[in-house]
Amino acid sequence: MVAISMRPGTGSSRKAEQVKFGSLLVAPTMLVLAVVVAYPMLSAVRQSLYGPEGIDPQTGFVTDTEPFVGLDNYTAIFTEAGGRFWNAFGNTAFLTATSVALETVLGIGMALIMHRALRGRALIRASILVPWAIPTAIVALLWRWIFNADGVANAILPGKTLWTTEGFHAKLAVIFAETWKTAPFIGLLVLAGLQLIPKETYEAAKVDGAGAWRRFFSITLPLVKPALLVAVLFRILDSLRMFDMPYVLIGARKSSVETLSMLAHDEAMNVRFGPGAAYAVLLFLFVFLVAFTFVKVLGADVVGDAAPATSRRIRRKARGEVTSS
Amino acid sequence: MKTRARIRAAIGVSLATTVLAACGTGSGDDEVAAPKVGDFTGRGPITFVSGKDFTGKMPTVIKEWNNAHPDQKVTFVELPEQADQQRQQYIQNAETQSDAYGVISVDVVWTSEFAAHRWIEPLPEGEFETDKMLDPVVEAAKYRGQLYGVPNYTDAGLLYYRTDLLKKAGFDEPPQTWDEMRQQCEEILKVPEAKDMSCYAGQFEKYEGLTVNVAESIQSAGGSIVGEDGKPALDTPEAKEGFSTLVEGFKSGMIPKEAITYQEETGRQAFQKGDLVFHRQWPYQYALANADDGSSEVAGKFDVAPLPGIDGQGSSSLGGWNLAVSSFAKNKATALDFIKFMTSERKQRWSLDETTRAPAYASLYEDKEMVKKYPYLPELKESILTAEPRPRVVRYGDTTAAIQDEAYAALSGEKSAEEALSSLQSRLAGLVGGP
Repeated sequence: MVAISMRPGTGSSRKAEQVKFGSLLVAPTMLVLAVVVAYPMLSAVRQSLYGPEGIDPQTGFVTDTEPFVGLDNYTAIFTEAGGRFWNAFGNTAFLTATSVALETVLGIGMALIMHRALRGRALIRASILVPWAIPTAIVALLWRWIFNADGVANAILPGKTLWTTEGFHAKLAVIFAETWKTAPFIGLLVLAGLQLIPKETYEAAKVDGAGAWRRFFSITLPLVKPALLVAVLFRILDSLRMFDMPYVLIGARKSSVETLSMLAHDEAMNVRFGPGAAYAVLLFLFVFLVAFTFVKVLGADVVGDAAPATSRRIRRKARGEVTSS
Repeated sequence: MKTRARIRAAIGVSLATTVLAACGTGSGDDEVAAPKVGDFTGRGPITFVSGKDFTGKMPTVIKEWNNAHPDQKVTFVELPEQADQQRQQYIQNAETQSDAYGVISVDVVWTSEFAAHRWIEPLPEGEFETDKMLDPVVEAAKYRGQLYGVPNYTDAGLLYYRTDLLKKAGFDEPPQTWDEMRQQCEEILKVPEAKDMSCYAGQFEKYEGLTVNVAESIQSAGGSIVGEDGKPALDTPEAKEGFSTLVEGFKSGMIPKEAITYQEETGRQAFQKGDLVFHRQWPYQYALANADDGSSEVAGKFDVAPLPGIDGQGSSSLGGWNLAVSSFAKNKATALDFIKFMTSERKQRWSLDETTRAPAYASLYEDKEMVKKYPYLPELKESILTAEPRPRVVRYGDTTAAIQDEAYAALSGEKSAEEALSSLQSRLAGLVGGP
């Protein structure tokens, strides 16, 4: 596809040939995508139309086939049994919104430090990135010890909170650990964005007498926005699928922190693949909708084909600042 | 522009696929009918599948078999450490009807589920020495009266108690009932050394351990979660009396508040730190709490007894693992022989000696040499003989989840004991005995 658009064809036969050649080049990629993306998706959608197997009371054996139940697994969320789904939905949205917001603020702070640090630059960058490098399940285990009844958290904070029991404190524990782990990710991507900003822009602003805050809000933030939006989008998508942090840190089936992924996992673990698949499909639609809205409304440039425009904008902006002086 | 939108979509898709893929299996369209007992034919190489080998002894055992049977070699397949992850692997293997697994190690609580799905073969009971094994252990390996697994090792709960503190408070014997335990605690906590200690704890975090402890509280009062008739029996006075011991324990402070977060290891740390007078725990804690390398502050200061009940000795939940043959395995004659080899009295004695795993054979609990090495064996035998398996239902996963939900709510004070039990009664009614 890229090959086609790069050079407009001269004649119709040549164009057809190019189309053929282009398709051929893309075919292996499409095949891989079909196997690893399309097939599991369609299979999950199909599975979500089936109910759990029954037990034959005579023999005590489970029946061989799963009954076809149509959209029952989906409509079930609007019945009484849907309470757990909506709770998980609410948790997913809440944990995502709060932790991503915190991560963004902290991540930008970290990026600024990493960008500015003159002495011990490598050490500072490495130490900020360590949390990101540790697998989530291990992070969750570490924090589980910190939030233990006799743990560090209770030793520092007043009172004795049983963090891993049901309640709002469990949500706080997850948000805290999640932010600790993933703020460096945003920091890293923002740092990349910061390094693209030409030094002259700041110099010009300084000459104009702009203070540190003014420089941050009028230069740094707008110019780093493309990188920041991509980072935030990735984090939102990641966060909406949150599973291991609450699962390991707080525990399975605790309604305070149960997310949609955990719910789908729990159903599948109990050999109810139908409802499990239905929840997974709903989660997918939700993630898709959020991502789509994010891209449409905020114009996050995920693929990077707007990059030339961005750098032009930076140059223009830089020029503008200089001429206005 | 088109490319961009498509890649955007693809990113969204691929991010969600991980979740979807986990649920993509399990259509079960063409399951084979279970062969009748006795259909164990074919010899040749097989696999032995079990959870992570903590003991490090498995290669020795496999080597011994392989040296004796060079044409029927066994390959050890090691699964993850957590039981639910092992179960997941077994289910995936069964759903794809793969012959990759031969002899599999099955948690007692999975027996009904695996048997009802025909994932494991019914076994010829006459070919094994089940008559020499402890009855409750063999019973737990059956589904509807048919043997589906052979006990490899077993487990039951014990009451760990601080001998030094009991003595100081003037008690010679450990408590047999909850009331006695409560009374002893009152005296013991007055002893200066026991200042800041708590009376009792078990495993009360929301996980399988909670089901174990709740079942024990109810059994110890003469009740049961699922009755003889296969129906839930939580509306009985026994169930209420038993479960209330835990709920009241939390309310009165007899069980410390943080015990709601205790699993085996967190509780063990509390006991080893000297925070608990009484502790319900598995036998594995005995050696660890007796370690004199400084890791335990209670080494040599405790002993074990069977669990306390209401009117007398209580009843433990039965743990342990059985060996079963996967329905989709090849060379089932070899598989059967390998199970016989693994579950023989000789091997289980060796296993007890080397890995402290409790055997299924009654005689080994009286073996002088073993009792000398593991002084808790007589108490453990007593505990196993009165032990009950957890509810033997096909939908065990849902059942234990319901028990944990309701019990956790009651122990953390969100519901009363009565509310939790009546709500559990109606939840289980829809789960056990029939579709």
